[in-house]
Amino acid sequence: MSAERPRVGVVTFPGSLDDGDALRAVERMGGEAVQLWHGDPDLCGVDAVILPGGFSYGDYLRTGAIARFAAVMDEVRRFAEAGGPVLGICNGFQILCEAGLLPGALIRNRGVRFVCKPVDVRVETTASVLTEGLAPGDVLRIPVKHGEGQFVATKDDLRRLDDDGLVLFRYCAPDGGLDDRWNVNGSAGAIAGVRNAGGNVVGLMPHPEHAVDPDVGPTGGQPLFASLLSSALARV
Amino acid sequence: MTAHRFEVLVSLKPGLLDPQGNAIEGSLPALGWINVRDVRVGKHIELTVDVDDAGSAREQVERMAEGLLSNPVIENFRILSADEAPA
Repeated sequence: MSAERPRVGVVTFPGSLDDGDALRAVERMGGEAVQLWHGDPDLCGVDAVILPGGFSYGDYLRTGAIARFAAVMDEVRRFAEAGGPVLGICNGFQILCEAGLLPGALIRNRGVRFVCKPVDVRVETTASVLTEGLAPGDVLRIPVKHGEGQFVATKDDLRRLDDDGLVLFRYCAPDGGLDDRWNVNGSAGAIAGVRNAGGNVVGLMPHPEHAVDPDVGPTGGQPLFASLLSSALARV
Repeated sequence: MTAHRFEVLVSLKPGLLDPQGNAIEGSLPALGWINVRDVRVGKHIELTVDVDDAGSAREQVERMAEGLLSNPVIENFRILSADEAPA
């Protein structure tokens, strides 16, 4: 175990809610958490970036549509294009999709209602900065809390996601089986998270930062943060 | 400089599930409207562009609609200029 701790930045946008928990999760899992601000001109030399959940800019126009123009996003894009690990959680996932760093889009849940509960997701690929050390088929219990988490994409993108193994997680039964009744928001292909071709940009609707402390709930987020920190450490 | 007024109508692409439209459609029968279907919810954005030439004003609005006002993954848009738009 290296004494060196990877530095993980968490960007706070106006309307971010889960930046605090993301910072805590990084520290709890052994990283050094760095607060970043949406107006920052640089990323303070961090080794990984998290775009947290919340309702940036009040979800005006579309979720994530305005946040993508924040000053810090130019640097996030450069960092991502240089292979840096970037994780978008919930609203952060929506922002990465709006910014074109991940394929697809998130629209209102199939059932219209906001959903807030623990769900099970199945790991589909380990070729990402978030799923190293796991195995395809592993099931993780992580909470969701969103009104607009239904993943959609063009037919071509959905085919590419499947063909190129870009699907990270699917909503599943506790035993890992896929059945529509476990698809909590009606996402295409029950997709809960995706990665880019390089595997360094990842996004998911469930909240791993709320699932690292056994005292307050499920711990499905632990292996994901462990993977992110190890990817970040590789860049130190 | 001339002011050119536009309306941009943004709609979910056909085939994409519209839960808001479905919810509205499901509520209309309560008011006695039992002959309504295909309810879709979209956005209506009004804006003014200050530029001399009407053609370049519309071209600017098209770029705004593609780049920000709509998300091409899930939405289509239609641009009406004040001249064409119903009063």
